[in-house]
Amino acid sequence: MRFELNGQEVEVDAHPMRRLLDVLRVECGLTGTKEGCGEGECGACTVLVDGEPVCSCLVPFAQAGGTSVVTIEGLGGKHPLQRAFGDHGGAQCGICTPGMILAAVALGPNPTLEQVRVGLAGNLCRCTGYEAIYRSVLGAYEAVDDRRPAAEAPAVGGGSKADGGAAFGTGADGGRSDVAGAGRSRSNGSGADAGAGSAGKAGL
Amino acid sequence: MPQPAVAADDPSPSIPPTPAVGRSVPRKDAAEKVSGEAKYVDDLTLPGMLWGRTVRSTVPRARIKAVRLCFDTAGFTVVDHTDIPGRNVVALIEEDQPFLAAGEVRHIAEPILLLAHEDRDTLMAAKVEIDYEILPPVLDMLASTEALKRLSIDKGDLEAGFAEADLVLEGEYRTGSQEHVYIETNGMIAVPEPDGGITLMGSLQCPYYVHKAIKPLMDLPGDRVRIVQAETGGGFGGKEEYPSLIAGHAALLARKSGRPVKIVYDRGEDMWATTKRHPAIVRHRTGVTRDGRLTAMEVDVVMDGGAYVTLSPVVLSRGCIHAAGAYRCDHVRITGRAMRTDTPPNGAFRGFGAPQTLFAVEAHMDRIAEALGMDPVELRERNALRPGDTTATGQEMQEDCAALDVLREAVERTDFHRKREEYRGTGRGIGLSLFFHGSGFTGSGEVRLASRAALEATETGVRILVGSSEIGQGTRTMHAQIVADAMGLPYEQVETALPDTAKVPDSGPTVASRTCMVVGKILQNCAAEMISRLGGLTPMEYARRHGPLVVSQDYVPPGDVKWDDDTYKGEAYAHYGWGCNVAEVEIDPDTFEARCTAFTAVEDVGKAIHPVLVRGQIEGGSAQGIGWALNERVVLVEGAMANATLTNYTIPTTLDTPPMDIVIMERPGKHGPHGAKGVGEMPIDGPAPAVVNAIRHAGLDVREIPATPEVLMAAAPSEEAACASS
Repeated sequence: MRFELNGQEVEVDAHPMRRLLDVLRVECGLTGTKEGCGEGECGACTVLVDGEPVCSCLVPFAQAGGTSVVTIEGLGGKHPLQRAFGDHGGAQCGICTPGMILAAVALGPNPTLEQVRVGLAGNLCRCTGYEAIYRSVLGAYEAVDDRRPAAEAPAVGGGSKADGGAAFGTGADGGRSDVAGAGRSRSNGSGADAGAGSAGKAGL
Repeated sequence: MPQPAVAADDPSPSIPPTPAVGRSVPRKDAAEKVSGEAKYVDDLTLPGMLWGRTVRSTVPRARIKAVRLCFDTAGFTVVDHTDIPGRNVVALIEEDQPFLAAGEVRHIAEPILLLAHEDRDTLMAAKVEIDYEILPPVLDMLASTEALKRLSIDKGDLEAGFAEADLVLEGEYRTGSQEHVYIETNGMIAVPEPDGGITLMGSLQCPYYVHKAIKPLMDLPGDRVRIVQAETGGGFGGKEEYPSLIAGHAALLARKSGRPVKIVYDRGEDMWATTKRHPAIVRHRTGVTRDGRLTAMEVDVVMDGGAYVTLSPVVLSRGCIHAAGAYRCDHVRITGRAMRTDTPPNGAFRGFGAPQTLFAVEAHMDRIAEALGMDPVELRERNALRPGDTTATGQEMQEDCAALDVLREAVERTDFHRKREEYRGTGRGIGLSLFFHGSGFTGSGEVRLASRAALEATETGVRILVGSSEIGQGTRTMHAQIVADAMGLPYEQVETALPDTAKVPDSGPTVASRTCMVVGKILQNCAAEMISRLGGLTPMEYARRHGPLVVSQDYVPPGDVKWDDDTYKGEAYAHYGWGCNVAEVEIDPDTFEARCTAFTAVEDVGKAIHPVLVRGQIEGGSAQGIGWALNERVVLVEGAMANATLTNYTIPTTLDTPPMDIVIMERPGKHGPHGAKGVGEMPIDGPAPAVVNAIRHAGLDVREIPATPEVLMAAAPSEEAACASS
């Protein structure tokens, strides 16, 4: 079957019902796409298919024919989001990171905090509590000259106490007031399940 | 990226490098993780590799009558307990847990048989039937008569304390199990070596725990067992002791087949079969004077250990030592027991028993305040530990005791009292928790561990040789910062070797918030030793002239830390971190769902070696604690997790996680590098009681977590009661 993979036309021989995740990892040897749950809940296997984030564990290979697929390897390590996830602590253990970055790529440049929260609702992270991921996504597109990289943030307190918010102000802090009243929808409640992000990913 | 003050290739010692400690320098592992190049165990494929699978019991307690292989065994490797060359015990604290059941099963999901095949689909399709003679299981910790560990802590004269009291308040508090949900499931590859040895690569926190467990299993000397950590996608304690089991299974299959074998659990197996947080029932009976002084605290802690001892004695120990909370009280009795049940063993989980007991004492404190008609902040102010006070074990608090500081900062920052008034009767609530967390192994644990670390001078700088693992928390980065400053080198010239038992010393397990405070301190000592050996040369100059130089140092126990294991008296921990959390909740009046809408954490870590990493630990631990408080319910049927999927066991998503306001305080301790006291676990101690106290403020008397809608509904005043009171 022919499809475009990270900008290159490729032809891959695999069973049409094989998961796209397995085809990418095994047949194509691109192990940057991770499996976290195998049931479309965690988003670790997120790739872009024709620009849309999808859980590659839910996609039969047959549906990838003729599409354009982008994996984390396709960003070449040079996307502003990749650097920002490193600088702002968006990557801790790193297993959700490829999927998280691709889901963030799909949001386009300069998303609002609310767009980031909704857009990443289908990607689980157990390390960060998401705040550092917001700072990473929002910080990625700040003009290079204006940026204050996390690495240059002043250390907390020369004395004995420091204000974390002030010490690390990198964008998300400024947006905090936007968040406070938002987020009424929730993904784990009894009614509105699954969250916009993963709901949007289920179908291809 | 910031430029180093000294370029990486310029060893000139005349320009001192910018200190790395206290700055959020680039993570050592960032580039590989954001590019997808980092190799986790499932990303590794070896020539001739087979896939391995574990066949597990489906009943909690039984004798195994027969095992039938209902498939064509050609191409399969089959292993049962009779294939074990050494001893069929997982060496940890006790030796009661088998790698493979031998005749009897004692919990659901107990490993019985191992299969391997080169084709994963063929492997997974293989059918095995097992006949059992069913035995009656014990599934309830309160019904169990078999204690895995009992302990008691006594201080003062309890009856005299109660005699001083104007009010005695009792209460029972329950905490549920919790699944770690590291996003990377457990996995391991075993490689048989030509000399009969075995190499294991996998997702793990403690390479030397695996090493200790594999030697007796395979009947091999230490130098023929090699454990290498692959990039590890989260641990949270879930990869502290469990990897020994999966490593043993992979090793047995590799030995029998003579080929490399990979076992990677799918999410369902990982949730169904591996360790979880110990469920706990904590009862409090507390004497208090009218003006809010605690006169007597009697606490009884029961934890469900599951079928085997694993780490339950030390989980119970940490839980009990924290059970009286961050308060002074002259008369305390704490009793604890971890009970054996026919359920999958519970194990290490961030906080290690302390979140359970701190939940209880903090929920109880709000009930005491309510009973006295007192402000919950005032009650805590009155009793919070201050320098010079002693804990339940008689440990005197030092100048870094920051209980009052974190409390006052959190109250002021959140405008707590104004909101407390404003939210009354609105379906919203605000609550807080005050807590502490001891860093490092409990009591004499660090002395027994006798950890070692080493440094190597190389032609490019220095290399850190430690068994400490990077599991996302930033070990490689934080250690490199400490060593860079101790050596006077730029951060970029310090690298960290992969944890590989063939190359690094045993620095103790990467657990218990000890990797910075304890191992970081040994590394500082290594740096001092290396400087004295370099004779004025830089490490690079020395290595070029004289070849590599390796120095190592052992843990040196602080002289003022004394502990008695028999009486449970003394300095339980070298240092404590201190925290105060404030949670705001909204309760849906129709569905009884509680949602956390805002969260504040003020936490003292001694010294933030890397502020971005520290903040990441606080935010991540807080989210995990909020999940435990509200969403994360492990449904147990016959002692096994019945909702073992991420669809039915829900951890917080972006939409469930409230905005967080984080304040890092620094009250340096004497013993850690730069005063650091540890941060990994403390952030999960406070969220659950803060959330439940906010629910109490909103009008619902909840004393258990997870505080699901069903729990809230049961806590709501009945309609009759509501009618009668109106």
